[in-house]
Amino acid sequence: MRKNQVAVVGAAETTELGVIPNASQLQLHADAALNAIADAGLKLSDIDGFATAVETPQQVCHYLGIKPTWVDGTSVGGCSFMLHVRHAAAAIEASLCKTVLITHAESGKSMIGKLPRSTPADSLNGQFEAPFGVYGPPSMFPIPVLRFMKTYGITHEQLASVAVVQREWAAKNPRAMMKEPITVADVLNSRMIAYPFHLLQCCLVTDGGGALILTSADRARDFPRKPVYIMGTGESVETPMVSQMETFNSSRAFKTAGPLAFREAGIAHGDVDHLMIYDAFAHLPLFGLGDLGFMPYEETGQFIADGNTRPGAKLPLNTNGGGLSYMHSGMYGMYALQESVRQMRGIAPAQVPNAKISVCHGVGGMFAASGTIVFTNET
Amino acid sequence: MVEPQRARPKPTPETQHFWDGTKAGELRLQRCDACAHVYFPPRPFCPSCASRKVSIFKASGKGFLYSYVINHRPAAPGFTPPYAIAVVELDEGPRMMSNIIDCPQTPEALALDMKLEVAFQELDDKITLPVFRPAKG
Repeated sequence: MRKNQVAVVGAAETTELGVIPNASQLQLHADAALNAIADAGLKLSDIDGFATAVETPQQVCHYLGIKPTWVDGTSVGGCSFMLHVRHAAAAIEASLCKTVLITHAESGKSMIGKLPRSTPADSLNGQFEAPFGVYGPPSMFPIPVLRFMKTYGITHEQLASVAVVQREWAAKNPRAMMKEPITVADVLNSRMIAYPFHLLQCCLVTDGGGALILTSADRARDFPRKPVYIMGTGESVETPMVSQMETFNSSRAFKTAGPLAFREAGIAHGDVDHLMIYDAFAHLPLFGLGDLGFMPYEETGQFIADGNTRPGAKLPLNTNGGGLSYMHSGMYGMYALQESVRQMRGIAPAQVPNAKISVCHGVGGMFAASGTIVFTNET
Repeated sequence: MVEPQRARPKPTPETQHFWDGTKAGELRLQRCDACAHVYFPPRPFCPSCASRKVSIFKASGKGFLYSYVINHRPAAPGFTPPYAIAVVELDEGPRMMSNIIDCPQTPEALALDMKLEVAFQELDDKITLPVFRPAKG
């Protein structure tokens, strides 16, 4: 795909984030969509392309009254929205549609109108993982961590520092769920969820949603907001079974999606002003820094523990507070994208001064899928 | 109220031989006749070279502890926390999720790379699960 041919011209989250007991999941999709449409100065009838995950495109399009000529229902977990951005950019470039709306919403906490997630007993996961006591992401996602730690000499304190640094970012964000400062000791003394991870190393569980609107770069200049260009994209999948990853020392999906996006954008790691790495759990930023090639895996833990990703430091990472402290409705990728767009627009609560390139890296399932988007505010 | 049960696997035509194996006290893997790749989970073709000529064989049942978590909460139905959910690397190459028996479910007792051997845990008259215990000697 050619870089900077498509731009984000509308971006918004749901009016409220956190605990939203007065709206169904479907209504949260609509709330985010209407906010994004208002942000872009558009009408619903201007939308001719639509993408969403978990909920079907027909469900959300019907509810909103959208009549699309292009849809994408790719649903590979929390990074689905990164894949939607990539697919939408390709569709716009191929003239399949002009203006794409991407929505996410999840009633993750209040569970109103939330679709059930189940593992059939005759699926591969149902036969070869579920019988051994996996029960939800906290029991599955951290399974590679001990091997990763042993291979690279990563310490428990370094993994705790991920949560500490992200709380520093969250403290600057009025919409973050958790803003109180924490220490490494607080993290390691919080209750055990799935050893080696404690409560503060696991993502929040909240309600919310977000929506993006994309159009071609030549049209983008006519919109009220500063366009945020799609500079590079990548995607991949590996396996729905965490036990069947090729290795626990890295993620094959990360190592495919990330470098693809860097190559397409034509950037080096030193060009990155702002970085989002989907942090459902505290080890993901370490995998991301290594798999995306920022540094050797052995250095990732110390890099974060030394404060290199905190406010004011050289590699601002997860600047909204992340899934650990900002919010996590279940599929956090949309919120990572929203923060990258805010940073590129220059309106983030914890704005990185003069940031011109933002890399937004997502995970789906338990390292099952990945999508990476490189944004820029310059062409 | 009925006690919620541990998740029970339901075999498919492609996996039936594996579950017949555990019931008979064997851990069965598959090997490609064309490229010799050994793989898991079961399927009637080689995921490495796509050959449909594959054979089922009885694995040694030996391996080592590749990684694990000790799950505290929420616990799966039928499990009493804390319990370890392990990934075992078999001597033949493939890895599989399992549980570790005859061993305290603690970080101190569960050392990565410890040698393990398969054991069989009967869930009911249809399903027997492969689990692992520290290898003797």
